Amino acid sequence: MNFNFKHEWIETNVGLLLVLTMVAISIGGLVEIAPLFLIKNTVETVKDAKGLETIRPYTALESRGRDIYVREGCYTCHSQMIRPLKDEAVRYGHYSLAAESQYDHPFQWGSKRTGPDLARVGKKYSNEWQVQHLIAPRSMVPESVMPNYPWLLSTPLDTSDLVDRLRAQRAVGVPYSLTEIEYQNNVKRFGEAVAQQLHIPNAQQNLVKQAEEGNFDGDRSNITELDALIAYLQVLGTMVDFSQYDSDHFVTFR
Amino acid sequence: MASVSISSKEQYNFDVVRKFAIMTLVWGVVGMLAGVYIASELAWPFLNFDSPYISFGRLRPVHTGGVIFGFGGSALFATSYYVVQRTCQTRLISDALANFTFWGWQAVIVLAATSYILGFSQGREYAEMEWPIDILIEVVWIAYMIVFFGTVMRRKQPHIYVANWFYIAFILATALLHTFNNLAMPVNLFSMKSYSLFSGAQDAMTQWWYGHNAVGFFLTAAFLGMMYYFVPKQAGRPIYSYRLSIVHFWALSFLYMWVGSHHLHWTAIPDWTSTLAATFSIMLLLPSWGGMINGIMTLSGAWDKLRTDPIMRFLAVALSFYGMSTFEGPIMSLKDVNALSHYTDWTIGHVHSGALGWVAMITFGSFYHMIPKLWDTKLYSLRLVYWHFWLATIGILLYIIAMWISGIGQGVMWRTFDDFGNLKYAFAYTVEVVKPFYAMRAIGGMFFLSGVFIMVYNVWMTIGQAKREAAELDAKLAAKLARVGA
Repeated sequence: MNFNFKHEWIETNVGLLLVLTMVAISIGGLVEIAPLFLIKNTVETVKDAKGLETIRPYTALESRGRDIYVREGCYTCHSQMIRPLKDEAVRYGHYSLAAESQYDHPFQWGSKRTGPDLARVGKKYSNEWQVQHLIAPRSMVPESVMPNYPWLLSTPLDTSDLVDRLRAQRAVGVPYSLTEIEYQNNVKRFGEAVAQQLHIPNAQQNLVKQAEEGNFDGDRSNITELDALIAYLQVLGTMVDFSQYDSDHFVTFR
Repeated sequence: MASVSISSKEQYNFDVVRKFAIMTLVWGVVGMLAGVYIASELAWPFLNFDSPYISFGRLRPVHTGGVIFGFGGSALFATSYYVVQRTCQTRLISDALANFTFWGWQAVIVLAATSYILGFSQGREYAEMEWPIDILIEVVWIAYMIVFFGTVMRRKQPHIYVANWFYIAFILATALLHTFNNLAMPVNLFSMKSYSLFSGAQDAMTQWWYGHNAVGFFLTAAFLGMMYYFVPKQAGRPIYSYRLSIVHFWALSFLYMWVGSHHLHWTAIPDWTSTLAATFSIMLLLPSWGGMINGIMTLSGAWDKLRTDPIMRFLAVALSFYGMSTFEGPIMSLKDVNALSHYTDWTIGHVHSGALGWVAMITFGSFYHMIPKLWDTKLYSLRLVYWHFWLATIGILLYIIAMWISGIGQGVMWRTFDDFGNLKYAFAYTVEVVKPFYAMRAIGGMFFLSGVFIMVYNVWMTIGQAKREAAELDAKLAAKLARVGA
């Protein structure tokens, strides 16, 4: 067979040029991204001694806090992804697991640390510290270049579309429950206390309760955006108790 | 009689090119002004003024979106419409559709910037636009495809010129990336807020497949298309190697799509993806330099023009920065280098040596060539082009040197232990150390921006001059007709 390829064929035929270009640019993504949806241990399952999953979706209040985190563009200066490097282990804690951001739509791993990583900032500082630091960062950390966020304390949290927000996340795969069957399923996966929090019909009431009990912004008279944001920050990186696992248990998933 | 509109006389649709060209400069000023401002906020945080609307986190996408999609995007629309018409020797297939891409794209930029300031963001870098804006982009892009591909189909030449291959790859890749990276579920039909379809590790992979190829195709392949037309034109010489352009076109198109996950080294994605990305990043050096060498060798032989032609300087320096940053990129994609460079200002410096040094410089050079042709006159002042060139070059150098120092400094300080095995530097201390370099970076940005202001003035005067010349010509013509009539 005489097959004498000439590049000229492509240069003189726009259809061929379009098709071949499309083929050339599609392969890389297909090979690298598609398998991540198919290979099961891309995201590890983390269970406690009782067989319950410890990494859970955010509560209604935490989820609203996360919305504010995204709105203010915190990811432009803070990462949420600790790498398995010695200095990061000392500075920030155990390296981040894929499972820890499995309910994050979108992911907020970030790409820049103008400020420190926040993947395990939860419970590191008191609520009072967080309030003061968010309102006036330089009053707590003189070297900081972070903007002040005073409006978070003065803006009441908008919960009017709370149910829609949770339902939208449910639609993309976060296991918030709408029906009794889904709720029971969550009880099996996460235990009853967590399943309660994930039940969309109870969302409004759960949110108010958590904000009042947590008293995140130090003011019980109303629920502010700061309540939600601090509730979110305080849960970051706290869902896995690493003392329960062998030190190289999680390495097998990489 | 004298008032025959220019566009109907023209063989080509230059009207839409002129509009995009002007908006390129407008968005250049807006986007870079935002850039200088947020750079200053990092150096002098009081500039946030306790206002949500101008706080760093909200203004940063105004800067990145303004320069990438406003400045870069408009420049690509302008030059692609210009190049495709000239190299195919045919008019755009539809003036109405071309006009739609103009107004549609401007609407996208205005809506995006406004929505960021108001706090609507998808939280994905360089894809912060929320879902209604994403849909508008999709529609504009389909119109762009129809206009561009349709015009190529109607060409009067059998061959499709190499610049158009690159524009085609850019248009296809952008459609692909934009579509898949923005899949999201809106809260409800009347809410701007949405949640991305993917989460965690998969979302990260999708986003950086998008993020890096926005660089690869939007900011590289497309600007190579610009290079392949304007460099030979300005040098008055044909492209150095036809064969090289074929090889590096296909290699670039194929390889770029693999490298996105080098932004995710050491993170919670499977290790093989990041190894694959690093490998392909190294391979990518070859087609990148293939393009650079093809451009530089086209200029060589016309080196004498560097002394007399400031436009040539822009093109030569753009290619040099392209070569430099496409060398730096693969180095930074090595896992061991990345362990130090990632999360630091080094990345920011790298991006800007590409964005300012390559993208903006090749655009300035091409525009100084194209604008007098669009308005059928001469450039108002070559001297001002010299000024622009030096301000821009000094600005870039200040910028990337500042970021190298602060970036490598951060990387080193963060990982330093003292003799007792404790971390030597508190994070806050490292912030204090880099502050002077944040100021230096802001000043570099100011240099670069002031060069753009000079360009705006030069172009403004050039257009004014063109209008006067046209009016004089019309007056002469009218006088002549009057004599003949009498």
